[in-house]
Amino acid sequence: MAAEMQVPTIMKQGRTTPWLYVMPALIIMTVFIIYPMLNTIYLSFRNIDNTDWASAACVAGQPCWGVLENYRYALTSPIMQTAFVNNLTWIVLMVSGTVLLGLLVAVLSDRVRYEPLAKAIIFLPMAISFVGAGVIWKFMYDYGSGQVQIGFLNAVITALGGQPVSWLTTPQINNIALIVVGVWMWSGFCMTILSAAIKSVPAEILEAARVDGATEWAAFRKITVPVIWPTVTVVITTMVINVLKIFDIVYVMTGGNYGTEVIANRMYVEMYTSFQTGRAASIAVVLIVVIVPAMIYNIRRFREQEATR
Amino acid sequence: MNRPLPRRLFKKWPVHLVLIGLCVLWLLPAFGLLVTSFRPFQDVNETGWWTVLSPPKGQPEYEQACAACHGNDGKQIAAADLTNPELVQSYRRSFTLIAALKRTINDQPHMGETPIPDEQAAADIATYLRRLSGIDAPPRFTLDNYIDALVGYRGNATYRADCAAGTQALDLNCDLTDLGNPRGMGRAFINSILVTVPATILPILIAAFAAYAFAWLHFPMRTWLFALLVGLQVVPLQMTLIPISRLYAQLGLNGTFPGIWLFHLGFGLPYAIYLMRNFLGSLPRDLFESAYIDGANHWTAFWRLAVPLATPAVASLAIFQFLWVWNDLLVALVFLGGQNPVMTYQISNMVTSLGSGWHLLTAAAFLSMALPMIIFFALQRYFVRGMLAGSVKG
Repeated sequence: MAAEMQVPTIMKQGRTTPWLYVMPALIIMTVFIIYPMLNTIYLSFRNIDNTDWASAACVAGQPCWGVLENYRYALTSPIMQTAFVNNLTWIVLMVSGTVLLGLLVAVLSDRVRYEPLAKAIIFLPMAISFVGAGVIWKFMYDYGSGQVQIGFLNAVITALGGQPVSWLTTPQINNIALIVVGVWMWSGFCMTILSAAIKSVPAEILEAARVDGATEWAAFRKITVPVIWPTVTVVITTMVINVLKIFDIVYVMTGGNYGTEVIANRMYVEMYTSFQTGRAASIAVVLIVVIVPAMIYNIRRFREQEATR
Repeated sequence: MNRPLPRRLFKKWPVHLVLIGLCVLWLLPAFGLLVTSFRPFQDVNETGWWTVLSPPKGQPEYEQACAACHGNDGKQIAAADLTNPELVQSYRRSFTLIAALKRTINDQPHMGETPIPDEQAAADIATYLRRLSGIDAPPRFTLDNYIDALVGYRGNATYRADCAAGTQALDLNCDLTDLGNPRGMGRAFINSILVTVPATILPILIAAFAAYAFAWLHFPMRTWLFALLVGLQVVPLQMTLIPISRLYAQLGLNGTFPGIWLFHLGFGLPYAIYLMRNFLGSLPRDLFESAYIDGANHWTAFWRLAVPLATPAVASLAIFQFLWVWNDLLVALVFLGGQNPVMTYQISNMVTSLGSGWHLLTAAAFLSMALPMIIFFALQRYFVRGMLAGSVKG
């Protein structure tokens, strides 16, 4: 591979020197990522306190998956099914929301003088914590049972003559309300990366197309979109991974109640509230299994990059 | 491009409209938080933050019903001076006020021809009278919420008021030591710094060594190991929490700073090595070759050449890792918990326990956001560069 050739021959040293440089990092990553991953997989087949196989928890006459008993919970229990459906809703709405809004801002801000300011404003939520964003939006969504609405959204609704909505406890609506927070936070991320890609589209080609009478929309669709498409796929993969791991927003705003459960929050609850180690481990394994395709895509993209270096 | 300016502006108006509209939408929630954090607690739960500049509650009702005789300042009738706290004290509630308004004074009805206000209006007028007489006259803006959040005050008034009256809670001393109150944001701020600074420096240092080796040294399985590293970047935290907590329980590291430093070190490494290796690898090869011909070994080449040249990459990484650790809740929740609460932990606790203590929550949230925002605005360039070079993490 090309990367192997990069090292100048004169710089080659003894066999041990390189290992002295990489060993600390490799050891730490083995202890903190690789070993725990394998251990989690093992624990997912064990019972609640790792004293026996998971099949020990089976009760005669009840459905049981033997040693995969924890996975029966992780895949078929009603709360986990809610979590799967919610995570899917999150992926569909949040990924499309952030990518489309990010693209919109990237394209529009490219045409105005206050581009840096506009981009800084959209990007700002990226700098703050999910917890901070949770407080900000919980306040926006505040629902007063009496006359006064101190939540901005309900104040607007009542001012327009509508009935105030309890945004965070009404099923279905609350999931959308949480996803809006995610979109608010992550659109800036998509915007920044897409904006860099848009700026790499050669201006001469766009200008030539306009001279030939192409409309802005046609130029965007026929020239810009094909150029930025690889970047768009990267952004989508990254966002899918991020959304699958979404935890803080749900934990802070609803705690997973009222039908807003997601996989990552369930894993936390099983582990640190119910102390169901086996179940928590199996949920973590389910989580990484759904992420693996994105991981493979990442590695493949890296290898392609290396090949063209 | 040569069209006259007005026409160009006119043609672009949809662009401006959408873009400025989005910017306003994006700022609005955070702006509401900021405004609320400076409002006195009496107002926060009574009126929305957007009314902050409107006249105080009850003033319109007062002007309609009372101002004609009592005057706008309430002092018109000397026998019934509405700025006198002792007088107003007996009409603090709507029913006592209405009773007073229904009474006759010198055989004349109190209100004359003016209709007696209804319950709601009377309550608002009573509120306004309390303000006018100074019984309960909160300022429009106050720093009390920040003080209360910093010292972890949880009472029904303010820390300063309680301390002045000597009715503070048992865990408060009303001196500077209160900043160390475990329930307060002041202590949490220190803890956040104590967690974040080492958790930022350690991974970058160790990653720099590894990245140098991956870029400029030859060893077996180099490419393979690096591909593995790329894969490790997306491993979810959840996958490692349980074994590490068990390990820490055996080693007594749960709830300690070294425990959380090590965890962030482990999880920060793949991305840090990836970013630094790409940066170091893109430096010209001649540079290293000539240094080596001049007699430098790898140790000197690393410290004298690679590290100084990698400053932009280190800056990007440092900002990223700093913000990531500072804003993290999950790791802090699991490995530090309430023993050494950091800011995110403290706030998420307050959300659950305070419910609608918005004056405290907004101030606390803003305290935790201040440092990341300063860093972001000061070093935005490096932040964006790091993001463009990298991928995902945690």
